Amino acid sequence: MTNIERHQYDVVVIGAGGAGLRAAIEARLAGKRTAIISKSLFGKAHTVMAEGGAAAALGNVNSNDSWMVHFRDTMRGGKFLNNYRMAELHAKEAPERIWELETYGALFDRTPDGRISQRNFGGHEYPRLAHVGDRTGLELIRTLQQKIVSLQQEDKRQYGSYEARLRVFAETTITELLLAEDPAGGRRCAGAFGYYRETGELVVFESAAIVLATGGVGKSYKVTSNSWEYTGDGHALALRAGGTLVNMEFLQFHPTGMVWPPSVKGILVTESVRGDGGVLTNTEGKRFMFDYVPDVFRKQYADTPEEADRWYTDPDHNRRPPELLPRDEVARAINSEVKAGRGTAAGGVYLDVSGRLPAETIRRKLPSMYHQFKELADVDITAQPMEVGPTCHYVMGGVEVDADSAAAAVAGLFAAGEVSGGMHGSNRLGGNSLSDLLVFGKRAGEYAARYTDGLGSRPRPAAADVEAAAEAALAPLTRGEGGENPYQLHQELQAVMGDLVGIIRRRAELEEALARLADLKERVAKVGATGGRRYNPGWHLALDLRNMLVVSECTARAALEREESRGGHTREDFPGMDPQWRQVNLVCSLDGDDVRLERKPLPEIPAELLRLFDRAEMAKYLTEAELAAFDEVAGEVES
Amino acid sequence: MGTTGPGAAGSGSTKRHFRVWRGDPAGGRLEDYQVEVNEGEVVLDVIHRLQATQAPDLACRWNCKAGKCGSCSMEVNGMPRLGCMTRMSTFTETETVTVTPLRTFPVVRDLVTDVSFNYAKAMEMPAFAPPADLSPGDYRMQQVDVERSQEFRKCIECFLCQNTCHVVRDHEENKRAFAGPRLFIRAAELDMHPLDARGDRKEQAQAAQGLGYCNITKCCTEVCPEHIKITDNAIIPMKERVIDRRYDPIVWLGRKILRRDQLASASGARPAAPGPVVHVSESPAPFVPAGVAWHSPEPSPAAAPVGGDGRLPVTELTLDRSGASSPFGDDVTFPLPVDQLRYQPPSSS
Repeated sequence: MTNIERHQYDVVVIGAGGAGLRAAIEARLAGKRTAIISKSLFGKAHTVMAEGGAAAALGNVNSNDSWMVHFRDTMRGGKFLNNYRMAELHAKEAPERIWELETYGALFDRTPDGRISQRNFGGHEYPRLAHVGDRTGLELIRTLQQKIVSLQQEDKRQYGSYEARLRVFAETTITELLLAEDPAGGRRCAGAFGYYRETGELVVFESAAIVLATGGVGKSYKVTSNSWEYTGDGHALALRAGGTLVNMEFLQFHPTGMVWPPSVKGILVTESVRGDGGVLTNTEGKRFMFDYVPDVFRKQYADTPEEADRWYTDPDHNRRPPELLPRDEVARAINSEVKAGRGTAAGGVYLDVSGRLPAETIRRKLPSMYHQFKELADVDITAQPMEVGPTCHYVMGGVEVDADSAAAAVAGLFAAGEVSGGMHGSNRLGGNSLSDLLVFGKRAGEYAARYTDGLGSRPRPAAADVEAAAEAALAPLTRGEGGENPYQLHQELQAVMGDLVGIIRRRAELEEALARLADLKERVAKVGATGGRRYNPGWHLALDLRNMLVVSECTARAALEREESRGGHTREDFPGMDPQWRQVNLVCSLDGDDVRLERKPLPEIPAELLRLFDRAEMAKYLTEAELAAFDEVAGEVES
Repeated sequence: MGTTGPGAAGSGSTKRHFRVWRGDPAGGRLEDYQVEVNEGEVVLDVIHRLQATQAPDLACRWNCKAGKCGSCSMEVNGMPRLGCMTRMSTFTETETVTVTPLRTFPVVRDLVTDVSFNYAKAMEMPAFAPPADLSPGDYRMQQVDVERSQEFRKCIECFLCQNTCHVVRDHEENKRAFAGPRLFIRAAELDMHPLDARGDRKEQAQAAQGLGYCNITKCCTEVCPEHIKITDNAIIPMKERVIDRRYDPIVWLGRKILRRDQLASASGARPAAPGPVVHVSESPAPFVPAGVAWHSPEPSPAAAPVGGDGRLPVTELTLDRSGASSPFGDDVTFPLPVDQLRYQPPSSS
């Protein structure tokens, strides 16, 4: 392994979505030589998919909004499992981060008085999402991308080269972090090892500070709205470097994503389709939701189709159709129907609005849905049912970090955005993701730069580690056709996760999943890729599989351990939320090749933040002992 | 989904004939594949099936598979398209589907091309200049004013417009001086930005980006998956204003009586590189990569119809056809007959 290209940087940012680009901007503004490593082309990151907006308490549309209200909404959404400090920083700093984007050239939609317009979104008390139509994520990524170019232009004027202090390595994948002995004890980051997708050449980045901003894990699931890049790279890199993952059992699924045809698989079908009269039926043609109304909801939900249908025109004298039950109930029902063999071949049920409303009304009420499916799949939702099922959307869990500095457990390692954990607790509110990227991306870049300031010497990756990483990266090519087929393994992994660790979980299924993952782990170790090193997707997938597998194992283990239902984790055998479990974070680490799971207490919410909530609400979440403490805190205010 | 109904996975499946260009800068050829195609699939789904079943190392870029990231640009039966937005139902069942890489950029491997040209041009594009007197949070703009720029910010950078533009398609020699439609809408976007502090976006586009090369054939608009009116809303307004100023009698007089360096300081404009003149001539001998056996004549860019004054009419009103001439030749209609399709990677030199 003599010919490995080497680069030296002060800060290396892995990932070029919102969080990565914002981190890189901050590190460069702090004067650091910074590299951005992007798995795809510059500007294609999954951030472009975000539609709704970026939540920030700007108070432009309702001046009652403030960081405190935003904080409260975020904690409620996460069912109080959030790292409170992250939620606090996020709510406080999001407005600055949004305004800053305007100085980079972003053009948000406006209010009549010319300020940034904000829209309502589920879980947010006030209109709070700064947006640009339904392409806010694209605006965010393009703005940051263009800000990076403008910094490069400054460097060109000053140093004669665009890439003097900030360089984007497009289509480059990192497969391993490199460590070195830390004079302060333990090990610290020394660099990152990877390959150029285009040429297949190997490359080493020597850097004391590394920011992970690699996004999520959705590609381990059969049905997902995530892009191919979402293979949990950052999660796995952190684990293998000695970092820890928190909250990995919490994944956000949407109950109705398209499962067929393949061209739109994973794309979300908005809930308003059901609100506007859409009904769910199984392959026997039965409108099955009537069988799934839980007792507590009997009073509000109709038990005959006749009554349900009258509700649309006369909601005051009829009960609601059961299709409008909360998301988890709908998901549970779909899940049960499919598992009972009454689902479609693709693993979904039918959602039909075509027989219910005139075509013209559907087109008027659901214009973007209509056009999306017409254009992408030639599915005419005014004429035929949609085939829907749960789709994997976002992972709340991620690298365990210090709230203020975004620093992970390994010295020199930082994480921001979807790859980090804690901020969203057990469930993320819509719109909080884009602002999360900006707030913690900036912090990660800032603290990574600061970390390098305090270093005496630059750590050097050991030659042996580089050799080992190179060998591991090239191993699938060496095995060639004799190895396991990566596409086949990927499909099997997606089936295990989709069928057994999906939206609704049970002990027996989770145990079976773990057994099958163990089997897959052995086979992934023998994966082979045919062809050469030049832009070979089979080889790339073979390398990604290892990451997907270890992250999937973390999710399955944590899901088995947490015996309650909360936010993005629903256990059919433990349907209730348990205050005892609210005090516990499940933390994963690697012990050799095995995932180790530990219970850790949550950080205690300080009194001044607790006072933002009222007692009746807290009673749902806290244990008796905690409630007594809460009363004491609340009492202090009154006395 | 017709009579079979949705969800009948596999029931609407047929074997179809695909030809996919496989190769690298050293050369390559169209490979034939018989591949299963299901109802409701798009070309990218079929490429993925080829990877999973027959050609594991078939190189193809993609990300979101929902028409939002602009990664899977390719040429399908000769037309520049996004693979994820090209439905199989747009072809007849016996039709051969031929997939080739973007022709304007050097091939990396199979369907992947080196699109760094576009990033290099973006790097030279003067960035947004924030107003000096406004703090973050104090920006005030009206919706109607931001909407003009927002149209251009819908761009997903698929580079289909760049690929289609005949100024650079098969004209490697123009790449140095010409930034392309993607960057023209970027210039227009900044020009129309209500708070951008620079006032010379149009002149910049003319002098440094090669706006003058564009002869408004609208091919870029035609292939834009975001339906951005690149020509009508960005290029033409910029050209009109530039021409206004270029032929402004006072500026003209200044040009006659001042030296170039005086002119630059007098007008406040950047000292322009020798500006590209409007591209009206027959193009130089068409660029033909070595070793290509062309069985049909090279489609050369049609010369733009110039007016009596030797200049291009800058609006469609005076043009003799709508959308001007096609760079593929006005007698060419798509899809092309399969036996006439060929692809040769452009030289990377």
